[in-house]
Amino acid sequence: MTHPPTPGQTVGPFFGFALPYDGDRELVPPTHPDAVRLHGRVLDGHGRPVPDALLEVWQAAPDGTVPQAAGSLRRDGFTFTGWGRASTDTTGRYSFSTLRPGGAAPYFAITVFARGLLDRLFTRAYLPGTPDDLLPAVPAERRQTIVARPDEHGFVFDVRLQGEGETVFFSHARD
Amino acid sequence: MTQTSASATAEAGSDAAAATQDEISAEIAAIAAEAAGAGETATRLDYPPYRSSLLRHPTKDLHHVDPEGVELWSPVFGEQDVDPLEADLTIQREGDPIGERMTLTGRVLDGEGRPVRHQLVEIWQANSAGRYLHQRDQHPAPVDPAFTGVGRCLTDDDGWYRFVTIKPGPYPWKNHRNAWRPAHIHFSLFGREFTQRLVTQMYFPGDPLFALDPIYQAITDQAARDRLVATYDHDVTTHEWATGYRWDVVLTGSHRTPREGDVE
Repeated sequence: MTHPPTPGQTVGPFFGFALPYDGDRELVPPTHPDAVRLHGRVLDGHGRPVPDALLEVWQAAPDGTVPQAAGSLRRDGFTFTGWGRASTDTTGRYSFSTLRPGGAAPYFAITVFARGLLDRLFTRAYLPGTPDDLLPAVPAERRQTIVARPDEHGFVFDVRLQGEGETVFFSHARD
Repeated sequence: MTQTSASATAEAGSDAAAATQDEISAEIAAIAAEAAGAGETATRLDYPPYRSSLLRHPTKDLHHVDPEGVELWSPVFGEQDVDPLEADLTIQREGDPIGERMTLTGRVLDGEGRPVRHQLVEIWQANSAGRYLHQRDQHPAPVDPAFTGVGRCLTDDDGWYRFVTIKPGPYPWKNHRNAWRPAHIHFSLFGREFTQRLVTQMYFPGDPLFALDPIYQAITDQAARDRLVATYDHDVTTHEWATGYRWDVVLTGSHRTPREGDVE
């Protein structure tokens, strides 16, 4: 790299009037015949909900291809862009309606922002039942933090920022 | 990492606002002394002077992975996503917002200095009195009915973004007693790859609050901190209309070699 990167800073407490938008969390309408729900909670080091977090999801289409269609900010209801954004509610819960990602070891790529979190965090929510040998080489006891659980409508994925069951967060630095 | 001290401070954190600026400044100075010369250019996640971070930073090291699959790509935003008028924050409501009108422009680049073309830039900010249009901001400064403080644009063919806005004011917050944030504009940026995602804050040159602010100081390297500060640029200033500031953003290096036909 020839240009040093610009450092990140916390998203702060006041993103709620700026970053959320109508349809942000609906990559497909919940009424879509193949819609699945990806939802969960964001928790702090005391296991308390984080009501001022923001999650973004980015994923492959069901056929494993990477969506490269515009339209995430003004959704037309038909185009799958593969990207969405959801803020947590007062109980620390977030929810997306989307499609099941495809590919060899499909996952939802997730970015986490919050007041109190000085820079964004990256993680992955693998689909339930992903074989261990297809997961990143994280310590065995932490593997389950990057695998979603199945539920009636899709997948549950909690983000624990700190402490017991702390989610594995990833870096991609090339050094 | 100082998990023990962080936990201890977390206990005290229930009454965090009781700390004085002198106490916070002493904590900032102690961390700066320990980090001196380390050239640590990333923002610390574990930075106790910013009290809200105590229970919200991971205690385990980030796990390195080579980006793969979707992580090598970024969502695409297009002209249907962003109205060009969204780049002018002074025309979103009836009437003229109060304060110093300013043009803010710069380029979004990757680590090799290549422009990030046609990608989304979002900003949000307080008004000239230091008040956000957010229900949670209840500090007694006036809301400006002509100013929302939210803007979006797409970068152009050479990675340039450009906004017209009002210079934000500093504002008090509850981190400690008599805590004030330096004036800033929040930026949200996308690169060519998912891993380049950046949310940060842009500051103004010479702000007297820099030394006192535990968010800005969570970057321990001065040169890295300086990269968050815009430059006054008289060539951007326009005659009898608006002052001008320039701020370039460099995203982390692009891993994937761009291929012909890539959507950018």
